[in-house]
Amino acid sequence: MIYEKYEMAVGLEVHIELSTATKIFCSCPVSFGAPPNSACCPVCMGLPGSLPTLNKKAVEYAVMAGLATNCHISECSGFDRKNYFYPDLPKAYQITQYYTPLCRDGYLDIDTEDGERRIGITRIHLEEDAGKLIHDKGCGTMIDLNRCGVPLIEIVSSPDIHSPAEVKAYLKKLRAVILYTGISDCKMNEGSLRCDVNISVSRKGDTTLGTRCEIKNLNSFNFAAKAVEYEFRRQAEALERGDTVISETRRFDPHTGKTYTMRVKESGEDYRYFPEPDLPPLEVSSEIIEAIRQSLPKLPDERKRQYISDYSLSAYDASVITADKDMSDYFEAAAAHTRHPKILANIMISELLALSAEAESFECPISPSNLASLAELVGAGEINSSVAKKLLRRLWERDEDPREIVKREGLEQIRDAAILQKYAEEAIAQNPRAAEDYRAGKRHAAKAVVGKVMALTQGRADPVLLTEIVEKALS
Amino acid sequence: MSELLKRGLVEHAEALEKKEYSSHELVEAYLSRIEKRADMGTFITVDRENALKNALDADQRRATGKALGRFDGIPIALKDNICTEGLRTTCASKMLCDYTPPYNATVISRLRRAGLILLGKTNMDEFSMGSSTESSAFGATKNPRDPLRVAGGSSGGSAAAVADCQAPIALGSDTGGSVRQPSAFCGCVGMKPTYGRVSRYGLVAFSPSIEQIGPITKNIRDNAELLSIISGHDKMDSTTLRCEREDFSADIGKDIKGVRIGLPKELFELDMSDTVREGVMGAAEIYRQRGAAIKTVSLPSLRYALSAYYIISAAEASSNLARFDGIRYGHRAEDIENIDELFRRSRSEGFGDEVKRRIMLGTFVLSAGHRDEFYRRALSVKELVRKDFDAAFCECDVILCPVAPTVAPKLGEKRSPTEIYRTDAFCVPASIAGLPALSIPSGLGENSMPVGVQLIAPALSEALLYRVGAALEARKEGV
Repeated sequence: MIYEKYEMAVGLEVHIELSTATKIFCSCPVSFGAPPNSACCPVCMGLPGSLPTLNKKAVEYAVMAGLATNCHISECSGFDRKNYFYPDLPKAYQITQYYTPLCRDGYLDIDTEDGERRIGITRIHLEEDAGKLIHDKGCGTMIDLNRCGVPLIEIVSSPDIHSPAEVKAYLKKLRAVILYTGISDCKMNEGSLRCDVNISVSRKGDTTLGTRCEIKNLNSFNFAAKAVEYEFRRQAEALERGDTVISETRRFDPHTGKTYTMRVKESGEDYRYFPEPDLPPLEVSSEIIEAIRQSLPKLPDERKRQYISDYSLSAYDASVITADKDMSDYFEAAAAHTRHPKILANIMISELLALSAEAESFECPISPSNLASLAELVGAGEINSSVAKKLLRRLWERDEDPREIVKREGLEQIRDAAILQKYAEEAIAQNPRAAEDYRAGKRHAAKAVVGKVMALTQGRADPVLLTEIVEKALS
Repeated sequence: MSELLKRGLVEHAEALEKKEYSSHELVEAYLSRIEKRADMGTFITVDRENALKNALDADQRRATGKALGRFDGIPIALKDNICTEGLRTTCASKMLCDYTPPYNATVISRLRRAGLILLGKTNMDEFSMGSSTESSAFGATKNPRDPLRVAGGSSGGSAAAVADCQAPIALGSDTGGSVRQPSAFCGCVGMKPTYGRVSRYGLVAFSPSIEQIGPITKNIRDNAELLSIISGHDKMDSTTLRCEREDFSADIGKDIKGVRIGLPKELFELDMSDTVREGVMGAAEIYRQRGAAIKTVSLPSLRYALSAYYIISAAEASSNLARFDGIRYGHRAEDIENIDELFRRSRSEGFGDEVKRRIMLGTFVLSAGHRDEFYRRALSVKELVRKDFDAAFCECDVILCPVAPTVAPKLGEKRSPTEIYRTDAFCVPASIAGLPALSIPSGLGENSMPVGVQLIAPALSEALLYRVGAALEARKEGV
């Protein structure tokens, strides 16, 4: 395999729309899906003479993102203009932070197959979004300026990512962390989280990075991973042939799973950056930074540590639950109602995740206290796991207290040895060969009898006690 | 010409108070003067109907004791790069010849609040790029003193309107002398305030880190009053300064005994006509007689100021004027094949030569290979010039120097762009240092054309400038 001779270095640029009420440089509302050009004013339309004024909330949110990703926050940063012509950019420049980003030198720890890995975050800067072009075959191209001036942060990682799985793990972790802070809803389908990938491939052991290609606008984590996978092979094959990889911007087609050239990065691509004269330097005092740090909610890594120490969860369970803020919040709400958080975690991970698999994030129609009751029933040995599983599906359809169902329908676990003995004898009587087989050394024969009893009791028998009784009766 | 038209802001205020005439009569008089003098190229757009209607409203307010202040009902002219809701704002460019803004500049709201009435929009160099108002797409403005000469620029129309009694007061904008120099050429008083004094919200940007809107008036008191009306922090302009509202006319009439006036030797080493030199030295002599101390000061970095100014302003202009792309408003080329051609041809057709020259210059100095060599060095020079002024202001309170090297030149005189740029040398130092600078008439020079002198003071010292300026004005009036 030629691929084994090569390795990839991937850096991600993630744009996240901040959930501020108003835009970054004017007081227009940030509203997804509003009628075209209904949420704009002279400032965000870039009309002659208009000037930007900075939204303090956007700065606060960007600082939160920086703190949540272990960045250094600059007390003095500034805005710059990135100049280029495009119909969706009404000023013909984007106000961004080029020379002095608000946050820099942070990191995220991600879980990989080889354990935890630390991915560097080079910088996080604030900038404004551009408008949207709507291409219509009937009437040409139309421009919707509603999105102009929506606040964005761009989070730039170091080229520390080395596999498609790590791409996914990084994106998931970043999204989780941002969702914890509450500064964005991170909806990829609405464009509030967008991802560009930079990838270069080099021969293993080479100390210099290969030529970098950028893949733009990957709109799902899976696509990002697939694009990286494809691009790695493409570049490795090119290098193996002795070809040179051209520095270019590519796009990923989800239908073919391949990437295609969009434009070659020319030396002429010059954005003529210079400091934005309409805005004073951005100063954020250490007191404000400290106040924002204090206001930050608990982040996944901290919750994970807490789940391991306070609830005795395994590291794996704690990771899975904290990876999703909704799931973690749910877990905490339910855990308050049960003495069996480990069982609760187990139910959530093995059963609930499967049930809510179709949703983009964790969703559960069962109230936390009812799920806690279920964990309580299992933990107290009142019902066994197969009944628990059935109950969970019923609660999913109709949310009620599982203790009521158990009482109403008599689903309690049968732990009375005398009753189980009776069932066992009945089952053996119906299947006399089982005893012979068992005595002949075929131990699985006991399982058939246990299964029979389970069928007779609608799964309510205590499986451990029953197995003991059946084995005794057979021998 | 009616005597009434020779009056300024404060005189009209007194006359209106005494009911010598109504606001409607006043506005009517100016409108007919404007009409009569249409061939002077002073105005681009006259807002006749609204002006008359607003005058009736003002008269009504006065009659019912609800006047918006002393100046309610007095007309004003505005440079055509200040956005006026519902009234076209062209920047004297073909690019914007049909552009009507949907909002008012902050200065407009402030003028309105004081009851001032907009007569119309005055001629200027295209996008303020020029020193003679000859680069206007609507034709040049003639100097009222001699119609064969330029009115100066870029706020030539505003200065000519005041000098020619087509308006009692006007607003211009000053980047590298665009208020001070036409004021000097036309014999008016022109102020470039401290950077951040006056909101730029609604001023179509040429060089945002430098430019300021400033008053052009017949006398110093009017100038101070008008600055008081338009200045002050604006939440829509983050570069405005947070300082107390001030009555800039408070110190007018106070003596200037002991004020130290510095003559920067580097500026006097530059070329200037004899009458300009006499104008400045004459002013210095008057100040000496009135008890001021005259001394020579040094601003060693001034020799780089002009280049730095042209680099910074062109760089910013190349970015600010990029939005005129033919897509949403402004001139759009016809019969285009694709988007790049739309951008290219709309801009090629919409902009005049001087604007294109500066866009190209600005694009060049910001480009990746040249940014450090030009743009960054220019920013360093800006800092050096600031420091020079700081040092000089330890030695003196106010700096006195020429506004322009000559009186107003003839219209159509062939000069190379760099020759023209060089005539800004006296104005740009205060511009790039962000300092307030006042241009005041100091007698007549060759061909009986007005000569102006310039006073520059530390940041936020406008009141001092008016006080020192008034001492010179008093001579003219024979006090």
